[in-house]
Amino acid sequence: MSTSLNKVVLATIVLPHSKDLVLSGGAGPVFVAANKEEQQRLALYMSRITEGVVHDLENGVLVVVKH
Amino acid sequence: MADYFSSIVLAAILGGALRFLLLRSDYRQYPTYPHGYVSHLALGFIAAALGAVALPALLEQEYVAVTFLSLAAQQFRDIRSMERETLTKLDARELVPRGEHYIEGIARTFEARNYLVMGCTLIISATDLWLLRECSPWLRGCGLLLTALLLYMAVRNVMEGKRVEHLATIRPGKIIFKGANVFVDDIHFMNLGLDEAKAEFLKKGMGVVLEPKDIDASATLANIGQRQAIAHICAKLLGIYKDVDTPEFTPLVRRDVKTGRLGLLIIPATRDWDALLDAVKRVPVLEGSISRPSRSKAGRKRGDYEHQSQ
Repeated sequence: MSTSLNKVVLATIVLPHSKDLVLSGGAGPVFVAANKEEQQRLALYMSRITEGVVHDLENGVLVVVKH
Repeated sequence: MADYFSSIVLAAILGGALRFLLLRSDYRQYPTYPHGYVSHLALGFIAAALGAVALPALLEQEYVAVTFLSLAAQQFRDIRSMERETLTKLDARELVPRGEHYIEGIARTFEARNYLVMGCTLIISATDLWLLRECSPWLRGCGLLLTALLLYMAVRNVMEGKRVEHLATIRPGKIIFKGANVFVDDIHFMNLGLDEAKAEFLKKGMGVVLEPKDIDASATLANIGQRQAIAHICAKLLGIYKDVDTPEFTPLVRRDVKTGRLGLLIIPATRDWDALLDAVKRVPVLEGSISRPSRSKAGRKRGDYEHQSQ
């Protein structure tokens, strides 16, 4: 049986203008992407690596959560 | 007992054949491997043999043999736990799992079918002993075969539970994105952040809306196990479009809390509306999820119940 962290934010990918919206203290690393394309690419990579789903908080912040 | 030998053999063979007919790989997609068939057929034949021996033993006043029958019946209880254990282990590695509710339903069916076979064999053996024993072999064979066939049809019809189409009207729904949130008609499913995933859903996704016909149907369909069964069967029958690293494509069944409607969001391997609607319609209603609030006094006093019955 494998063990994994479910319902926990595993990674956060932010755009430069919204990086101040994320404070430290949460779970998982915060990546700052240069632009929207890079943000999408990083989110895709992180979701494939962690087997999580990417969610959009619609303020320039994407989070990867495993369900 | 020697007088009854032919009767016991005939009834046991027909009972075993009944088990074979009942053991068909159907929407449950199980059993799928020869060893599964063998273990169930073996137990089915044992059940049939027990049913066939019961009456002759009674007629011969062999009461010890009848006591053994109850002892043997106990063994069939193990089938349920055996099935549950096997299916639960297998389920952990399914891309779209069956869910515990569905597994429990299958396990219960497998156990019950052995008792059914035992009961049917008892009837076959009674028919043989009281009606056909003195007849010519040809007539006896045909008579027993006919009895077995009638029993098979009766069992198949009686044991056939309800399906989702009896509880809800099922229609295609439209997949809509509002920002990052995906909806089927107005039922919310999830928040999706990847543009790539959104494009896939818009291009290949299919949405179905299930509207419960009454308050009982609404309560039954709300059950999470029942919803998982719908998602599992649709994914199994239409093909799965996901892998372990693309969990966003997992088929989902969500409930509109205001109306009790269910929505199904799925990306199937084959985009065929007829097949999808048919798959949803034929999902069995799980025994464990059935609720009937309308059978209670309080349930009938509910505003939505009165509204329905008008």
